[in-house]
Amino acid sequence: MANKLLSTEKLSIGCVAPPGASLVNKTGAWRTQRPVFKQKDCIGCRACDLACPEGCVFGDPKKKQFDFDPDYCKGCGICAAECPVDDIDMVMEEK
Amino acid sequence: MAETQEILEGAMAVAHAVARCRPEVIAAYPITPQTHISEELSQIVADGDLDAEFVKVESEFGAASVVCGASAAGARTYTATSSQGLLLMNEVLWNIAGMRLPVVLACANRSLSAPLSIWCDHQDAEAIRDCGVIQLYAEDNQEACDQHLIAFKVAEDRRVLLPAMVNLDGFLLTHVFEPTIIPDQALSDQYLPPYKAVLKLDIDDPATFGAFTEPDKCMEGRWMVHDACRRSLPVIEEASAEFEKVFGRASGGLLENYKTDDAETILVAKGSISGTIKDVIDEMRDEGTKVGLMRIKTYRPWPGEAVLAALKGAKQVAVIERGGSFGAGGIMTPEVKETLYDAGLRIPVSGFCVQLGGREVPPDGIREIIDRVSSGEKQTAYEYFRLKQELLPDLVPEV
Repeated sequence: MANKLLSTEKLSIGCVAPPGASLVNKTGAWRTQRPVFKQKDCIGCRACDLACPEGCVFGDPKKKQFDFDPDYCKGCGICAAECPVDDIDMVMEEK
Repeated sequence: MAETQEILEGAMAVAHAVARCRPEVIAAYPITPQTHISEELSQIVADGDLDAEFVKVESEFGAASVVCGASAAGARTYTATSSQGLLLMNEVLWNIAGMRLPVVLACANRSLSAPLSIWCDHQDAEAIRDCGVIQLYAEDNQEACDQHLIAFKVAEDRRVLLPAMVNLDGFLLTHVFEPTIIPDQALSDQYLPPYKAVLKLDIDDPATFGAFTEPDKCMEGRWMVHDACRRSLPVIEEASAEFEKVFGRASGGLLENYKTDDAETILVAKGSISGTIKDVIDEMRDEGTKVGLMRIKTYRPWPGEAVLAALKGAKQVAVIERGGSFGAGGIMTPEVKETLYDAGLRIPVSGFCVQLGGREVPPDGIREIIDRVSSGEKQTAYEYFRLKQELLPDLVPEV
C-alpha cells in the first residue's frame, strides 16, 4: 500500500485498510468443531470441496485425498454433511 | 458583487444554495416534503448550470449508498430526504460516518409512520441521532441555505471528516416562501474550495473502507467517530465565523440565546417553532416575565459547554420537543438534564412534546408552558402536551 496513512498495526481514519487483510487475519480461530478427513472411503466426488463456503477444502480427486485449511475453516460442518460416503467426521476443537 | 434577496420557496432556495457548493455527485429519491429540493437540483444539472452527476436511484438506501461510494472515490456529494426515507438510509449513514466520508444531506423533518403522517416533527432526525452524523437545525429558510455551506465546510475539514445533515422543518420551511439570499457563486467558491479527499478509492492503489475489525480494535474504530464528532464543535464555530466574514451575515453556530441573560425561565427548542416562541417571549417580556429561549442550532455534536453557559443562571428550564423516546421520556430533555447534572446544578427541567405529525402549536400553548413552569410546577414525567384524551379508545381492548 503506497499510502503512508495506512498501516496494518494501527487503525486509520475511516478504518481504511490495505487489501489482502483476509490473508493476514487467520479467521479459523472462530471454530468450535473441526472436520477430520478420514481418507478411507473417499470416492473423489469433490462434494466437500465444492460445498465449502470458505473455499478452504483442498485435495486431489484422482488420489481420493482431501483435507482442509485450519487457518480459515470455521467448522460449519457442511463438508461432513455433504459427503455421500460419510468419510468426514466433525470433532470438538480442543487445545 | 452584491447578493440579492428573492422571494423563494424553502426547498427551491436550498437547492440553489446547494448548487453554489458545487457538489459533484447528487443522488436522491423523492419523498414529501423533501422532493422539491432534489427535483430542482436535477433540473439545475439537466440545464447544464451545475457540472454534477445526478444519479437516479430506486430508493433512499440506494441514494445513500451512491453518495457513500462517490464520496469514498473523492467526490463532493449531496443527498436530501425525509422521514421514512431517512430511516431507510439509516444503515448506510452509520457506515458513512464510520468511513469518515463528508457527505452532506438535508432532512426535511417529517413524522414517522404509523400512523401515517406527512407533516412536521423531529422524530426522523432524532431516530438517527447516535450514528455520528453532524446535525444542524434551521429556524428559517435563509439559515437552512447558509447551513448547507457551513455543513460542507465542517464535514470536509480534516479535523472532522464526518457526514453533516441540515434539518429544515417539513412544509413549515420547505414549502414556505420567504425572502432569501442565495449565496453568491464567487463568494461560495471563496468560502468552499474544491474538496480534496485524504483517502480515496483508487483502482491503482486499492484499499478497503470501513474494514473488518476484531474485538480488540472495533471499539477504537467506533470511538474515533465519537471523537471526530466532538472535535467538530469548535470547527462549526470557526466555519460560522468565517461565513460571517465572507458573506457579511451571521449564520450557523452552536446556539442562539434569545433574551436569556437575565431570564428566570429559559425554554430550549430547535427548528422553526423558535419563531413562535420568540414572539411569545417578546409579549411576556413586555408584561414583565423574565423568560428567554436557548435555540439549539447544532444538535450533534451536543454543545454541552455552550448549553451550560446559557442555562446555568436560570431558575427553571422547559424543553420544547417535537419527538419523544417511547417508553422513556424526551429526547433533548434528558440531554439538558445530563449537562446540568454533570455541572452539579439541580435546576428543575421540564420536558414537553408539543407536537407530533404537524399539529399546530399556537402561541397560547407556549404561554401556558411558560406560565406553568414559572409558577414552580414540578414535573414528574415527560409530558405529551395537550394530548386529546377524548380521541383515545380503551387502551386495553376487551376481546
